[in-house]
Amino acid sequence: MLNIALVFKMFWRELRAQKKRMFLTILGIIWGTMSITMLLAFGDGLRSQLNKNQKGMGEGIMIIWGGQTSMPYKGLPRGRPIRFEKDVVDFLKKRIPEIEMIGGEYTRWGQSVANKNKMFNRMVNGVYPEYETMRNMIPEMGGRFINQLDLDLKRRVVFLGNELADDLFGAKTPREEIVGQSIEINGMKFTVIGVLKKKMQMGMYSGPDWNRAVIPATTFHSIYGHRYYHNLVVKPHDVNRTEFVEGRMIEELSGKYKFNPEDESTIHVWNFIENVKTFNNVMLGMQIFFGLIGGLTLLVAGVGVANIMYVAVKERTTEIGIKMALGAKRFQVMAQFMLEALLIAFIGGAIGILLSVIITKTLGALEFDNEALQWLGKPNISTTIAIVTASILGMIGIVSGFFPSRKAASVNPVESLRYE
Amino acid sequence: MNNTMIYMKDIIKFYNTGTVKVKALKGIDLDIKGGEFVSIVGPSGSGKSTLMNIAGCLDVPTGGEYILDGESVENLEPNELAEIRNKKVGFVFQNFNLLSYATAFENVELPLVFANIPAKKRRERAAELLDRVGLGDRMDHRPNELSGGEMQRVAIARSLANKPRLILADEPTGNLDSKSGGGIIDLFEELWNAGSTILMITHDQTIAKRTNRVVKLKDGLIVSSLENGNGNH
Ligand SMILES: Nc1ncnc2c1ncn2[C@@H]1O[C@H](COP(=O)(O)OP(=O)(O)OP(=O)(O)O)[C@@H](O)[C@H]1O
Ligand SMILES: [Mg+2]
Repeated sequence: MLNIALVFKMFWRELRAQKKRMFLTILGIIWGTMSITMLLAFGDGLRSQLNKNQKGMGEGIMIIWGGQTSMPYKGLPRGRPIRFEKDVVDFLKKRIPEIEMIGGEYTRWGQSVANKNKMFNRMVNGVYPEYETMRNMIPEMGGRFINQLDLDLKRRVVFLGNELADDLFGAKTPREEIVGQSIEINGMKFTVIGVLKKKMQMGMYSGPDWNRAVIPATTFHSIYGHRYYHNLVVKPHDVNRTEFVEGRMIEELSGKYKFNPEDESTIHVWNFIENVKTFNNVMLGMQIFFGLIGGLTLLVAGVGVANIMYVAVKERTTEIGIKMALGAKRFQVMAQFMLEALLIAFIGGAIGILLSVIITKTLGALEFDNEALQWLGKPNISTTIAIVTASILGMIGIVSGFFPSRKAASVNPVESLRYE
Repeated sequence: MNNTMIYMKDIIKFYNTGTVKVKALKGIDLDIKGGEFVSIVGPSGSGKSTLMNIAGCLDVPTGGEYILDGESVENLEPNELAEIRNKKVGFVFQNFNLLSYATAFENVELPLVFANIPAKKRRERAAELLDRVGLGDRMDHRPNELSGGEMQRVAIARSLANKPRLILADEPTGNLDSKSGGGIIDLFEELWNAGSTILMITHDQTIAKRTNRVVKLKDGLIVSSLENGNGNH
C-alpha cells in the first residue's frame, strides 16, 4: 500500500524546500480555523447567555402602556390620554381567549425604602401573583413571592430586588435571615417575604428588577390611591401568535377607549418576543458574515495548499516516474500528494484549534464584573463545533490535494526518466 | 527454460514532438527466450531505450504486437501495466534513479510496498536482497552516502524485489568507472547463472561479449542479432 514513514520523510523535505509558502499557507489555515472556531464558540456562548437573559425579563411576554391620542376620533378631540383602569384586565381576558395571563402593574418612583438608618429612594411596584411567572421573579430559597392571600388581606408585605436587599441588609446577610424582617416604605412598616434570585435581565422598563420593592397591588392601591395602572403585562398562550394578540388587543382597546386603531401614539406595546427574534436575526447575520470571512480565508489557504502541491508535483516528476517504473498504481502515486495536502491542513488546523481552545478556556476562567462582557457569555467549543471545523479542514485538504495529485498520476514516466 | 519471454512483431513507435514526427522504432521483430542474457547495442538515438521501455511496459508501442511472458500487453489499463512492471519486470537505469531521501533499505522495499507485501516479509526480503548484492552493512545509508557502484547495486537489489521474470538494464555501467562497472556486470552474470532473463543496453563491446547474444539497432531497426557462442543454458 504505502510506506507511511516515507510519506512523512518526503513531506518533511517538502516543508523545508517550500519553507516560505508552507509558512504562509499554514498561517492562513490557522487564522481561518481560529476565526471559524472562535466565531462558532462565541455564537454558542452568546446564544445561551441570551436565552438566560431573555428568561430574566420573562418568557414570551408583552408590556403595554397607554399613551395619548394624536388624531380626533368620532367627535372626540386629540390629545386625550389613554389610561388603563382596573377593569381592563378582565375585559381583555374575556375578549381575547389567546391570552394566557394578564396583570396590571402600579409603579411609583422615588419612594423611601429604609432599614433602620439605611435609607434609599427606590421604585415601588404594586402587582398580582401572576407577575411571578410572567416576569420571572423567582425568590431565593427561604422566601416567596406575593400570593392571592396577600392581595385579599392587603397585607403589608414586600418582595425585594436582590440589589436593594444587599443595600438594605448588606450583601453578606443570608437571604433566609432577611425574610421576616421589617423595613419601612415611606415610613410604613412592611415585612419582607422574599428576595429576588439574582438573574441576568436583557431589556427593562421602569427600572431593573433587582432594584425594585414589589408589594401587593391592593396594598399599593390603598396606600397611594392610584386609579390607573402604569402598564399591563400580557402573556399569550402561543409564543408564535404574539403579533395576532397584539393586534386584537389594540382592536379591543380602541373600542373600549374610543380611539382610532390606526393611531400609533395611543397604545405602546413592547413586543419582547419580536425584539428577541430581531436580535437573533442580527446575531445570525453576524455569524454568517464572520463565517464567510473565515470560510474565505480557508478557501484562500486551500488554494495555497493546492499551489504548494502543484509545485511539489512539478519538482518531483522524476520521483513520480521512478515510482511508476517500480509499479506504483495510480492511487499509490496520488496518495503521497493527497496525504501531504491533508497533513498541511491538519497541522494548520490543529494549531488553530489548540489556540482557540486556549483562548476560550482562558476567557472561561476569567470572572467578569463588567456588565457588557457578561452579556457576551462564555465562548464554548462544543463537540459539534470541533466536528464542523475538522470536516471543513478535511474537505480543504482533500480538494486542494486532489487536483495536484491527479496531475501527478498523469505524469509520463518515460519523459520524466529520460536521461540527458 | 526455453519458453519465449519477449515476443515482438513489427513494433513501431512514433513520437509527436510538435511539428516533426520522430520515428524511434520502425518495425522491430524480436524473440528472446527465458534465461537469455541479451545485450542491445547501437548508436545514440537508434531507439534502444525506447525498445527497452516498451519491453518493460513503461511505454506503449504505436503499433505491432508484443507478448510478454505469454501474455499480450495490448489494450491493458494503466493500473494493469503498473501491476506487470511491479511483478514481472525489474528496471535498472544508467543514473540509478534511487529516491534520494530514502535509505538503501527503503529504496529496495518500495516495489514490495507497491505489491502490498506485509511489513515483516518486506523487511526480510529487502535485507536479504541487500545482503545478496553485498550491501548488508549499508542498509541505512542514503544514496548520497554511497558510491556509484553501490548505488547501482541498490538499484539491482530493488529490481529483484518481487522476483521478476525479466530484468531490463539501460546502460547500467554508463556512469561507473570500469572497476565498479565490472563488478556490476559480474552481478548480472551471477543472476543470469541463477536463471534470470536479462536485457541490457550497453555501448561497451567487452561487456557485450560477456552476454550470450548481441542485438544491434540502427535508425529504429534491428540490423543484426548475433549469438556469442557462450550461452551457458
Ligand atoms: N519522449 C520523446 N519524445 C520525442 N522524441 C523522443 C522521445 N523519446 C525518444 N525520442 C527520440 O527517439 C529516438 C530514439 O531515442 P532513444 O532514447 O530510444 O535512443 P537510444 O538508442 O536510447 O539513444 P542513447 O544511446 O543516446 O540513449 C531519438 O531520436 C530520440 O530523440
Ligand atoms: Mg538510451
